[in-house]
Amino acid sequence: MSDAVHDNHATGELARGAGHASLRGYLTGFILSVILTAIPFWLVMSGVLNSKIATELAITTLAVAQITVHMVYFLHMNTRSENGWSIMALVFTLMLVVIALIGSLWIIYHLNANMLPGGDMSQMP
Amino acid sequence: MSTDATLMKIAFGRLTLQAFPVHQPILVATFAVVALGGVVLLGLISYFRLWGYLWREWFTTIDHKRIGIMYMILGLVMLLRGFADALMMRMQQAVAFGGAQGFLPAHHYDQIFTAHGVIMIFFVAMPFITGLMNFVVPLQIGARDVSFPFLNNFSFWMTTMGALLVMLSLFVGEFARTGWLAYPPLSGIAYSPDVGVDYYIWALQIAGIGTLLSGVNLIATIVKLRAPGMTLMKMPVFTWTALCTNVLIVAAFPILTVTLALLSLDRYVGTNFFTNDLGGNPMMYVNLIWIWGHPEVYILILPIFGVFSEVTATFSGKRLFGYTSMVYATVVITILSYLVWLHHFFTMGSGASVNSFFGITTMIISIPTGAKMFNWLFTLYRGRIRFELPMMWTLAFMLTFVIGGMSGVLLAVPPADFVLHNSLFLVAHFHNVIIGGVVFGAFAGISYWFPKAFGFRLDPFWGKMSFWFWVAGFYLAFMPLYVLGLMGVTRRLRHFEDPTLQVWFVIAEVGAVLILLGIVSSLVQIYLSIRRREALRDRTGDPWGGRTLEWSTASPPPAYNFAFTPVVHDNDAWWDMKHRGFRRPVAAFNAIRMPRNTGAGFILATLSGIFGFAMIWHIWWLAALGLVAVLAAAIAHTFNYQRDFQIPAHEVERTEGERTRLLSAQA
Amino acid sequence: MALTAAGGNATAETPVFCLAVEHEHAAGGSTLLGFWIYLMSDCLLFAALFATYGVLGGSYAAGPAPKDVFELPVVAVNTSMLLLSSITYGFAMLATYRGRVGATQGWLVVTALFGAAFVGIELHEFAHMIHVGATPQRSAFLSAFFALVGTHGLHVTVGLIWMATLMLQVGRRGLIPDNVRRLACLSMFWHFLDVIWIGVFTFVYLGGMLR
Repeated sequence: MSDAVHDNHATGELARGAGHASLRGYLTGFILSVILTAIPFWLVMSGVLNSKIATELAITTLAVAQITVHMVYFLHMNTRSENGWSIMALVFTLMLVVIALIGSLWIIYHLNANMLPGGDMSQMP
Repeated sequence: MSTDATLMKIAFGRLTLQAFPVHQPILVATFAVVALGGVVLLGLISYFRLWGYLWREWFTTIDHKRIGIMYMILGLVMLLRGFADALMMRMQQAVAFGGAQGFLPAHHYDQIFTAHGVIMIFFVAMPFITGLMNFVVPLQIGARDVSFPFLNNFSFWMTTMGALLVMLSLFVGEFARTGWLAYPPLSGIAYSPDVGVDYYIWALQIAGIGTLLSGVNLIATIVKLRAPGMTLMKMPVFTWTALCTNVLIVAAFPILTVTLALLSLDRYVGTNFFTNDLGGNPMMYVNLIWIWGHPEVYILILPIFGVFSEVTATFSGKRLFGYTSMVYATVVITILSYLVWLHHFFTMGSGASVNSFFGITTMIISIPTGAKMFNWLFTLYRGRIRFELPMMWTLAFMLTFVIGGMSGVLLAVPPADFVLHNSLFLVAHFHNVIIGGVVFGAFAGISYWFPKAFGFRLDPFWGKMSFWFWVAGFYLAFMPLYVLGLMGVTRRLRHFEDPTLQVWFVIAEVGAVLILLGIVSSLVQIYLSIRRREALRDRTGDPWGGRTLEWSTASPPPAYNFAFTPVVHDNDAWWDMKHRGFRRPVAAFNAIRMPRNTGAGFILATLSGIFGFAMIWHIWWLAALGLVAVLAAAIAHTFNYQRDFQIPAHEVERTEGERTRLLSAQA
Repeated sequence: MALTAAGGNATAETPVFCLAVEHEHAAGGSTLLGFWIYLMSDCLLFAALFATYGVLGGSYAAGPAPKDVFELPVVAVNTSMLLLSSITYGFAMLATYRGRVGATQGWLVVTALFGAAFVGIELHEFAHMIHVGATPQRSAFLSAFFALVGTHGLHVTVGLIWMATLMLQVGRRGLIPDNVRRLACLSMFWHFLDVIWIGVFTFVYLGGMLR
């Protein structure tokens, strides 16, 4: 992480912004995003994959890809900004998001199975 | 409805004269005392013409030290209220057996245990740790203030506004009767149609915004404003724990915000998140609130672990043992605290596979805490231990917290928890760790840093009185609860049938009275310390032989903290400076740029409080007005670009010169 | 580092313990990091809303299901409004870093128009749903839908208010460092909202049609 601490001055911020923000970067990100948006819409609206699970998997993967595109080309995410603190904060947050989402889904699925009326409590998993 | 009645309803929402509890003698008496005290206080301030001073120097301050002190005062005041609730519960439970119904009807008792929990967690413990972190961290890292000084002031006033709303519920309307976490369906509109849960929601939402922003503030401060040379692994342990705590705050509080918002949507608009019909799922509330709730208890305890690390090292005259493992243990606890939350509702029915997973993670999280305990013990080992008050509190913590931790590990075993959940065993466990941990630690921190904040020490005799009353009182008050819990007694009851239980409750009541004496002793201590401050004066700035940078400043430090930003070479930076020939600079001072005071935080928070009050009482026009006013005031504040001013070099020179003279006079 | 005439001299034995001359912490040096951390907290706020939608999103209570109320073409249009607004904000930032006030303001106006179009279309969608009985109160699915999508829309609205305020401030004081920093923060906010929207259109709308 950061060694000797030199705070980012206004010049540093501006330089970073000017250096990483470029017309080509934005346009690349835009085009990729358009593609990555069009495909999932097409997949769902046309039903071409014929399998719900395959479609779900595909649109999830495409969403993750597009989020990455946004992070890199629009948010200029890299391992160097703020001496690595930006990306570490992001990774930590994503980890917690995954835990909260998967945890909640798993827990509530089990709770619903065991606790909602009509369930057979002798077979609680 | 007549026009008059309709007009009243529009103007005042559901606020009517019935909201004032004139028929409840306890509340009337309380109000009389509070009103009297309030009048006296306001009268004294007016008599001594202190309003201008208070506004200029304290209410509008952006100085982290003063904000920290205000947090501590808030915590102390709310401790008195929260403890009054505790005393009433103890008294009720000591007498209400068989035919005797006690003096608190259910309607009242349920509000008391709810308010007790809410106040102690949100308005005592949180302000204490936030106050300590606010005061100490910038000094420990060699900075002049936090990253966002205005935001700091705003955060404080938002917390205070939340506390005010809770206090207001005592005299206008009533409070929630749901327990401190307000589970639906009980907290939904069908079963709690009155204002109590709304007071709860808005008090916590307003205070929660303050806390969240405080978290952002302190993370940025620690990451960006450390003195040159202070790498992460050279930071004091208290700063490390502060960093991890604020990471937890930023990560957890949004969940609380969402959960309470969804509950309020259910109540205000009729949505079906947590209702029992149309697809709602009350269990989701429990799940979400504990995703916040478990990190919250680590938010409370981690800074306290930091306090103990500082105190142990200082009062053993030794470097802290195992610095690196302390840091890693803290980080591991931070991450693991997100993987245990289900242990708060093992009995809700997720089944064996889910329960086992969370039971195991809960047991694992006790390991890094154990590692910390050993590090403190090894620090003490072969140290030259000085039994000043901070060290006394630390030793009491070590014993008490370990017992509480062990009962926690017992509860972590799901089959055991099925017997003990929501029994008095659980109540004993969490009071054990919170009082033994957070409260004892807060007192350690207060007695440790008080001289730095005010320039004189706290009276040791009354401090020791307070200490012994608290420790004896705690054990007498809560050990019986372990016994009662193991015997199967449920929590939150106001009446019992079995008279053989009474003796335990009476012992607990005695313990509560001892704690009361402990609190009174603390108040006496504060009063006498101020009276005798010249005798207790510390002119060195370093009364304990401290090791970290805050002890290099004057007591109290000047507004700018450091005339020259320190350069750090090693852990325990001040110790390093003292032993490697540091000499105070006496010339070539620079002008120092500092942020200006501002009333914007106070104004914004007040408007938010008005908005909250209006929402509680369904005074829609006032709520709309309040919301617009908050937005307008916030936007207006952003038009203020002149937020800094310069302290001229000659003034810095004068201040530092005075200190140099003072220090030479000591020598 | 610093040798001070002030007594904190570095000698052969004594290290330098004071910084005699400070390159001042640039006012606002913490702002970008601070704002990023706030965005991370906002991310978790949406995570809780997504989790709620994930858990309750299948509870139709014999009422309208996604197929009954979602119109994917409208969602596609909305998505493009937001995406376009993202790139036009990018152009605004490029102009900002070149110090061109007029171009900045121009692109901000275009961004705001796209953003307003997004909010407008969404409000129209909500109004239609409510009109046909798919109200937030009808079922847990709809409650969760309105909460998640509504919160996102609220964020966009706040962003628009912020944008208007900043345009006023840039108009008055130009592209001073304070304003550039604020524009950079709004930029992060705006792009972040588009990231959240990716999650929304994928898991709520597209996913909903697949249930």
